[in-house]
Amino acid sequence: MSNLLSSIVDNYNYLIYIILMMIGLYAMIAKKNLVKKIVGMNVLQTAIILFYVSIGAKKGATIPIIQHGHGEGAHEMGASVIKAAEYINPLPHVLMLTAIVVAVATLGVALALAIKVYDRYQTLEEDEILAQIREK
Amino acid sequence: MRALGIIVVILTGAVLLYALGDFPSWADPTSPAHKHVSPAYIEKSLEQTSVPNIVTAVLADYRGYDTMFETTVIFGAGVVCFFLLRTPRKDRARVRRYRHVLTGMTIRVKETRKTPLVLEEFERIDTLWAPHDLIIKTACRILIPFIQLFALYVIAHGHHSPGGGFQGGVILGASLILLAISHDLRTALGRMSERLHAILCPIGVFIYAGTGALCLALGFNFLDYGALARILHVDPVTARSHGILIVEIGVGLAVMATMVWIYSNISSKGKYDEGL
Repeated sequence: MSNLLSSIVDNYNYLIYIILMMIGLYAMIAKKNLVKKIVGMNVLQTAIILFYVSIGAKKGATIPIIQHGHGEGAHEMGASVIKAAEYINPLPHVLMLTAIVVAVATLGVALALAIKVYDRYQTLEEDEILAQIREK
Repeated sequence: MRALGIIVVILTGAVLLYALGDFPSWADPTSPAHKHVSPAYIEKSLEQTSVPNIVTAVLADYRGYDTMFETTVIFGAGVVCFFLLRTPRKDRARVRRYRHVLTGMTIRVKETRKTPLVLEEFERIDTLWAPHDLIIKTACRILIPFIQLFALYVIAHGHHSPGGGFQGGVILGASLILLAISHDLRTALGRMSERLHAILCPIGVFIYAGTGALCLALGFNFLDYGALARILHVDPVTARSHGILIVEIGVGLAVMATMVWIYSNISSKGKYDEGL
């Protein structure tokens, strides 16, 4: 039991990601208001982003910008001085960099759709919309 | 629905918690994610692209296709918002509100003509929410140029410090949205019209794809910036660095225009008249 507890305390980044992701998933499934569903989708996206960024971390390493790599002809310095253990993994950062902006874009599209739904049914509550559809 | 949601969430959470034991411990240098392609990126990117910021090098060069289509996705989102919400301007009679600048008195004007009333002493205000906000307006007017300057720095210096096209583009877009929030949507659109957003957005994507096509025309692979060495008169490795800068400028333009485009469509419900 103490073993499990210590592994959870050591890896609390995964725990935070799971909790946030479940909050987002619950909001998307159970909430009736469309805007709350959209907010849930964004929380889920944020959880994924946190997960990826925490994967990129490396003990004893710094940000992935090569030191003393500036200026003209810096690339002729040679690869021998750069050690992979000194820099954190750049790949998750690259993936999440684009994902953040795409998340904003999808949020925009979702809000535009919600506005169109409100224009038609004068409500954003899912059950009221369904009741109006059934009446017709 | 609520019970179903709780069941699904608990089941998924339990599966994820069960899998937690198999995950590598946090920040472990020997975890699988750090083993395969990432050491190659870290060790070779400066040598191959002359860009010290590895994230920028991977984003715009090694994974150039990915970033190009992400930019296309953003452009697509802007276009979707436009087509969903934009309504044609109607020339029917409407009631507009004006505020006398010196005394703060507001008047309602029922307009029947196409062109709105223009008087020097009066400013048009939104119907729903238009308090006096001199401090906010002045503070934002002072701040916005510096925000934009910082955004340009983030784009141009993305090779050497944290930054790049996406981040700089978002900061530029945020500065224009700040103008729209602190003043009103009409002021922001007066500075940068809807047509300009709609033009800049595809231009950004075009700069990206055009750079790739230029490399193709010079006899190299698509998005192989080494081909630009012949045009820029530098060695192929430095040409990669310059190619990344050109591409980042395209990304920045597309992202900035799309952010403002989406904002102005959503906040005014496609009418471009009274925003938030």
